[in-house]
Amino acid sequence: MALLSKKDANLILDPLADNNPITIQVLGICSALAITAELKASLVMAISVIFVMGVGNVVISLLRNIIPSKIRIIVQLIVVATLVIIVDQVLKAFAYELSKTLAVFVGLIITNCIIMGRFEAFALGNGLWRSFLDGIGNALGYGVILIIVGFFRELLGSGTLFGIPVLGDPIAKTGLYSTGYENNGFMIIPPAALIVVGVIIWVQRSRNRALIEEN
Amino acid sequence: MLEHVELFFKSIFIDNMVFAVFLGMCSYLAVSKKVSTAVGLGAAVIFVLGVTVPLNWLLDQYLLQEGALTWLGEEYASYDLSFLSFILFIATIATMVQLVEIVVEKFSPSLYNSLGIFLPLIAVNCAILGGSLFMQAREIPSLGLAVNYGISSGIGWFLAILAIAAIREKIRYSKVPPPLRGLGITFIITGLMGIGFQSFGGMLTGGDEAAAEEQAVEVPATQQVEATPETYAPEADKTTTNPEDQTTKAAAEAGEAVSYNDLVKS
Repeated sequence: MALLSKKDANLILDPLADNNPITIQVLGICSALAITAELKASLVMAISVIFVMGVGNVVISLLRNIIPSKIRIIVQLIVVATLVIIVDQVLKAFAYELSKTLAVFVGLIITNCIIMGRFEAFALGNGLWRSFLDGIGNALGYGVILIIVGFFRELLGSGTLFGIPVLGDPIAKTGLYSTGYENNGFMIIPPAALIVVGVIIWVQRSRNRALIEEN
Repeated sequence: MLEHVELFFKSIFIDNMVFAVFLGMCSYLAVSKKVSTAVGLGAAVIFVLGVTVPLNWLLDQYLLQEGALTWLGEEYASYDLSFLSFILFIATIATMVQLVEIVVEKFSPSLYNSLGIFLPLIAVNCAILGGSLFMQAREIPSLGLAVNYGISSGIGWFLAILAIAAIREKIRYSKVPPPLRGLGITFIITGLMGIGFQSFGGMLTGGDEAAAEEQAVEVPATQQVEATPETYAPEADKTTTNPEDQTTKAAAEAGEAVSYNDLVKS
């Protein structure tokens, strides 16, 4: 017997492509853009969100029959805030430099709409295991976009990946730079992230025409 | 006085919530299909930011920072509770939003009808929590400046959502490639607007003479193009925030008055 039934596997696979939280559901864009100038920061952010969403969805799913519906938003916020504090403290302890780069954006995971959106749409109405899978799946879908954006922005903007030069040395003019190639400083500034995501949406919807919006 | 003016313009244009730090993008994209709804949400954001940033500033100063508990007694002076700031800030915001909703519903049903649906959305708008977190990270020194910061970053967000809503209303008549329709083109336009807003970067940092002059010419022009109906907002707010740097209570009231004006106008 397979580890996951087909229905359960879809919970993880759907958000990776055709139901991606960022490009289709329009959730969680805020933090997705600000920290993607470097691949490393994108990766750490993706892992943090996977942790918060997986655990958070399980907690909300366990509490779903106890929470009075009127105050559920506050309860959800408190659950997420607690998890985010854990992430923040761990980052400060083990990756201090990185936590400086991410700055307030770790805190902003609390108001990341993916998390609230999935709590509302899924964890409040489904069992523990399925909620867990849904959380992980959506966080992975979010992480994938983050990493794609981070990859292109760091590669084109600074010619490095994870801080390691891959295109040669821009000052000594080695590698690709010897042919006259220059880093595109435009990719480093924040608005470039929006344009990269716009292009990702363009590519995705050209490949899958069913996703095209009316207007 | 001068620092108020500086902070005001800095948070509207240079550190614009949407274009410089991408806060509140979710509601920015979801609620910007029509200008009228965008104005409603924008006004609500100005109001909530204007209330929650000063409140969280007080929390930060007298409860969370290292040594903030000194007023309780000498033995508490070494306590540092700043790791609790996320949870306290978000609790303040959620409570305030709920409170504002109840008060508005009670005293101004018409305002509630136009604003009501947006208020729950605001609790999870990253711009609100972001405002408080940036206030903490930038170590804003006084309550007056915190009020100013809250309101002016709200105005920045308001301008951004108004501009994109106006563009999206017009873009319906343009021939956009089908895969880019809707979300895709909105992203790219926002990116281009963000690049435009980058040009405000040199506005207050000084720079060399020529660059400063260029900026000074550029600012009013862009403002007119992007936000013609809204130019009253920064001006109205400037006049109210200026005389208030000493009396902090008056500042809070003035802040509310400004956002109520915006609401009524909308």
